[in-house]
Amino acid sequence: MSQSPSPAGGDVLLSVRNLSKRFHTASGPVKAVEDVSFDVGRGRIVGIVGESGSGKTTAGRCILRLVEPSEGEAVFDGVDLFKLPERALRAYRRRMQIIFQDPYSSLNPRMRVGDIIGEAIDTHGLAKGAARQARIADLLTRVGLSPEHARRYPHEFSGGQRQRIGIARALAVEPELIVADEPVSALDVSVQAQVLNLIQELQKELGLTMLFISHDLTVVEYLCDDIVVLYLGRILEQGPSREVYANPRHPYTKALLSTAPIPDPTVRRERVILQGDIPSPLDPPSGCVFRTRCPFAIEACARAVPPHESVSPGHSVACIRQAELATPATQKVTA
Amino acid sequence: MAAVLSAPSPLTATLPEDVVLRAEDLHTHFIVGERAAKSVDGVTLTVRRGETLAVVGESGSGKSVTSLSIMRLLAHPGRIVAGKILYRMRDGTVVDLATLPEKRMRAIRGKEIAMIFQEPMTSLNPLYTVGDQIMEMIRLHEPLSRHEARRRARQMLELVEIPAAEKRLDQYPHEMSGGMRQRVMIALALSCNPALLIADEPTTALDVTIQAQILDLMRRLQRDIGMSILFITHNLGVVAEIAHEVAVMYAGRVVEQAPVEALFARPRHPYTKGLLACIPNPERDRAADGARLMLNPIPGNVPSVLNLPPGCTYAPRCPLVEPHCEGEAPGLVPAGPGHLSRCFRHELL
Repeated sequence: MSQSPSPAGGDVLLSVRNLSKRFHTASGPVKAVEDVSFDVGRGRIVGIVGESGSGKTTAGRCILRLVEPSEGEAVFDGVDLFKLPERALRAYRRRMQIIFQDPYSSLNPRMRVGDIIGEAIDTHGLAKGAARQARIADLLTRVGLSPEHARRYPHEFSGGQRQRIGIARALAVEPELIVADEPVSALDVSVQAQVLNLIQELQKELGLTMLFISHDLTVVEYLCDDIVVLYLGRILEQGPSREVYANPRHPYTKALLSTAPIPDPTVRRERVILQGDIPSPLDPPSGCVFRTRCPFAIEACARAVPPHESVSPGHSVACIRQAELATPATQKVTA
Repeated sequence: MAAVLSAPSPLTATLPEDVVLRAEDLHTHFIVGERAAKSVDGVTLTVRRGETLAVVGESGSGKSVTSLSIMRLLAHPGRIVAGKILYRMRDGTVVDLATLPEKRMRAIRGKEIAMIFQEPMTSLNPLYTVGDQIMEMIRLHEPLSRHEARRRARQMLELVEIPAAEKRLDQYPHEMSGGMRQRVMIALALSCNPALLIADEPTTALDVTIQAQILDLMRRLQRDIGMSILFITHNLGVVAEIAHEVAVMYAGRVVEQAPVEALFARPRHPYTKGLLACIPNPERDRAADGARLMLNPIPGNVPSVLNLPPGCTYAPRCPLVEPHCEGEAPGLVPAGPGHLSRCFRHELL
């Protein structure tokens, strides 16, 4: 497989190469993630987008080894995380944290907020006694809550506040990389905007690097520097997000961007409405995984998995017809 | 019942010809002991014939309770405590659904007004085939033989563009994908040819590419069949795609209703304006050098329906708030052609 281009240029914090994850189920093996390679530049926010079954969540968890990968490597600051024994991994776990989608099920309902945040501090032996209390208070303030909230239980908070607690817990160990798995998807629009602002402020202040997993193309366009488009476990397109949104080259990316609802009734777009359903990951199509729904599929698409071809700096596409299909970007014409 | 229907209804004159449904100052409360959750606290909205009214709001705005009130499917202890729900039947008579006896409501559900939900499995029975469920619905309202009903059921599946309809009739809901189930639910809802379809977040659980298919289908069905749609959603992007008219709900009230273009071009309520500013917009939220600008969230939280503030319920979060907003509740007043706003200061927007 061709090497994916490095979107960040020189300073790469995380380099994922040929990551695959197969789950063995009663109905046979499921290729949840297959041969995925991408780089995450230090201080950048990389969006991983995809629909159900695209493998975006599994990919994120494999990188943190919350799920054991089947193949590949994830080089974090020069060290392949996949080769580390459990004991050595622990030191790296402190440098990488995760934020979950559901702020209702990811916080222990029987623990006080102060203890939820304190647990992470204790696990890594970062502070004790008064210093620990001060750190909890500081974290709560940083995410827009108040130090008094440490004594309360998760059920006393709204969804947006719980997500803030989840973020405070992730920040407690001063990580360098945060994997955020649909962190704003369960929140109302007005609360979502508050949390997106918080994520940006923290990212700037603390110089965080982020992997932002989402199905919301509007949020990814706004927040992410780079984007990786997954479909049935494989990367179909990746590159700097402004470039990919302005000039999508894969038929799937084009369809996805053309059908994402835009809150403006005067925008008239040429919608590419894909036929049929996403195939089962138990029985993915041969060759290009997208070919069964692709309006441009030809016989050759079934024969081999298309290689990633570079179309502009940092921008690559896995489609054998990308060159002949390269037409001017789908224009947003105001009626 | 026939006698009741043929009696001239005093309500008929009150509803303009082109209006299918009008809720007037509707109040639905959930009363537990001494406390009343005022989930719907004075909703006024209008659905015009052959059009789609989108009701948009965040969690707890009362949009789903409004739709359940219209269908009279409120779970205990929910109760309509005041207001009217005027509905124009196919024969032209107007009834008030808020007070209609349950027996007559039963003839209206399905045949006059049908409803679809976010999660198809809440309305599909996992133990019966898709065909049996559609046939049951048809035969409940029309005297057809099993054979005729089956033929109609197959036509319904074809109408919602389900491939291999004959084969699908004998399948169970679990054998289908989420998008396919949503199509079956639409077929089931349309099988008795309702005049009004209430769709409560019908695409929220679906992937983007499947959502596009379902929205496209609903637009086509409306054009072909001419039904009216009350479309409940939290997604302003979906509103822009599907609606003719929009009613924005906040804390149990409609704070603004307007034609879709007018609402997005110039929202006349500070809440609507705030909500639109919360959604990332690549053109607005980038500086000239490409740097991201911060979003403008609405400060604070939605008030609890157990403890609504007096006066305007949006006042505690409103950038335009004045002292009298906190004392007196504004009414829904004209703010432009076909445009209503529940704000004393809408002229400033």
